[in-house]
Amino acid sequence: MRKLYVAIAILGIHLIIAAFADLIAPYDPSEIVNLPYQPPSKEHLLGTDRLGRDILSQLLHGSRLSIFIGVSVGALMTLLSTTIGMLSGYYGGVVDRILSTLTDVFLVIPGLPLMIVISAYIRVRGPLVVILVIALTSWGGGTRIIRSQVMSLRNRDFVMALKSIGESNFRIMFFEMLPNMFSLIVANFFSAVLYGILGEASLSFLGLSDVSKITWGTMLYWAQSANALLNGMWYWVLAPGVAIASLGTAFALLNFYVDELTNPRLRRS
Amino acid sequence: MKYFLQRMLFYLFTIFVAITLNFLIPRLMPGDPAERILSRYEADPNAIAAMKIALGIETDKPLLDQYVEYLKNTLSGNFGISYVYYPVKVQQVIQNALPWTVGLVGISTLISFVIGTLLGVYAGWNRERASGISLLMISILLRSIPYFWLAMLMVYVFGFRLKWFPIAGAYSSRQIMEGFQFVKNVLFHGFLPSITLIIASLGGWILTMRNNMVAILSEDFVLLAEAKGLKKKDILLRYAARNAMLPSFTAFGLSLGFVVSGALLTEIVFSYPGVGFTLYRAVISQDYPLIQGLFLIISLSVLTANLIVDLTYGFLDPRVRV
Repeated sequence: MRKLYVAIAILGIHLIIAAFADLIAPYDPSEIVNLPYQPPSKEHLLGTDRLGRDILSQLLHGSRLSIFIGVSVGALMTLLSTTIGMLSGYYGGVVDRILSTLTDVFLVIPGLPLMIVISAYIRVRGPLVVILVIALTSWGGGTRIIRSQVMSLRNRDFVMALKSIGESNFRIMFFEMLPNMFSLIVANFFSAVLYGILGEASLSFLGLSDVSKITWGTMLYWAQSANALLNGMWYWVLAPGVAIASLGTAFALLNFYVDELTNPRLRRS
Repeated sequence: MKYFLQRMLFYLFTIFVAITLNFLIPRLMPGDPAERILSRYEADPNAIAAMKIALGIETDKPLLDQYVEYLKNTLSGNFGISYVYYPVKVQQVIQNALPWTVGLVGISTLISFVIGTLLGVYAGWNRERASGISLLMISILLRSIPYFWLAMLMVYVFGFRLKWFPIAGAYSSRQIMEGFQFVKNVLFHGFLPSITLIIASLGGWILTMRNNMVAILSEDFVLLAEAKGLKKKDILLRYAARNAMLPSFTAFGLSLGFVVSGALLTEIVFSYPGVGFTLYRAVISQDYPLIQGLFLIISLSVLTANLIVDLTYGFLDPRVRV
């Protein structure tokens, strides 16, 4: 239970900051308010960046896009893996052959290099592209889990009964079987969000997203390209990383919590 | 036997998909990649035409002809000439980068797997105690840290501030070294990136093994062993850990495939001259043949590891063999 409370507390703080960033942040994150590369002071708790913008304000505002991208990736990945896993597990036969092979191919082709290669060739940069690239290359793992769950549900009595009274396949799949695996889908969603947060950070850090937008990943990109660490501006690197890690931990804890809740073998005997 | 044949067919198919993706991705994107790259050199059309021939890009041909040509070249290991490292062949660039990555990441993966699995056994066995719970929390936290960020902090603290370790490269290029001295120098440079990789991947190993342990410990045969009054140590090592190892072992085999690509961001932060750093340089400067060659090598290594895991799993787990 304590895991759940910690996760909700961390997530709550992040969401509040994201919602009220305009009120909490001391400055406009994209406005030049001082000289560049100022060390932390009373006016600028985390100093200023290469143009003289307030880093703390960027950190607070950055939570919006970082959370948005993470959650969108999670949602899209979950949608893909649930739909594909469901179809492949429910129909079996040729449909399953084709879809499982497709899933396996995506599982085996390494994710991050594929993302980097695709992002390198796409010249349109932006949050939407980042979301699509991460989600479309990484849905394989979740699909496998959903598929095996559907295969074990497929032969249960209630599904047989629904089939015999002539219920449509679509209805059986998405209105009768889906609620039975809700917790599994939720756990999948949480781990997919974690994946999205880390994926966004990685791609942005490499400069493969729209680096003029403020996310924690692009903040790290600018810090690195200004050689922040070698110039002693460690706070510029530390702050976004702590933000990413704490948000990631919240989702990892939620994932673990749901996992433990639904898998009796993981609970105490 | 039928199972193995099926797997082999699957891997052949996947290799085909990877090769085709490799061909299609750059060509599906808008613009002529060759023109785009060569236009940076502000060469006149004649020079561009000459360079196209030299680099082996012939974008005027129909797509299908290009594809056949590409397949032929790929199968014979001819990926063309790198732009960044011109006039070095892509094959040669990859050959230079590969040993660094395999050495650094291979050793780090092995160490991380051994330590993580042992800690996972401990955390699973003591899952109700404070020590087990804190190990669990630490692994969850480690899993959520972006590993390139950890690498940056390591560079800052141990390389820049304390000056214990060098902050970039795989060896000192300024002095000429021989034999043992060179080995020492390489180990010295590899230490920090290696520690970073070990810490970053530790969480995953602990979590996997811990969850396997907890699941196995609730099985009836463990209860029976306890009821028979067997020694704690025997139950832990011979009954629980041995069975719980199986999924971890598979994961380890698969992770060996990701050795070639896994350290991408860490290599970049440490400017370590391996595959990841080379891919980054290739992407930044749109070195089209090099990107293709590297991506193919990365995919092939993952596939090979998967195949080996599939083949050896039968020996480890007799239940699969039937």
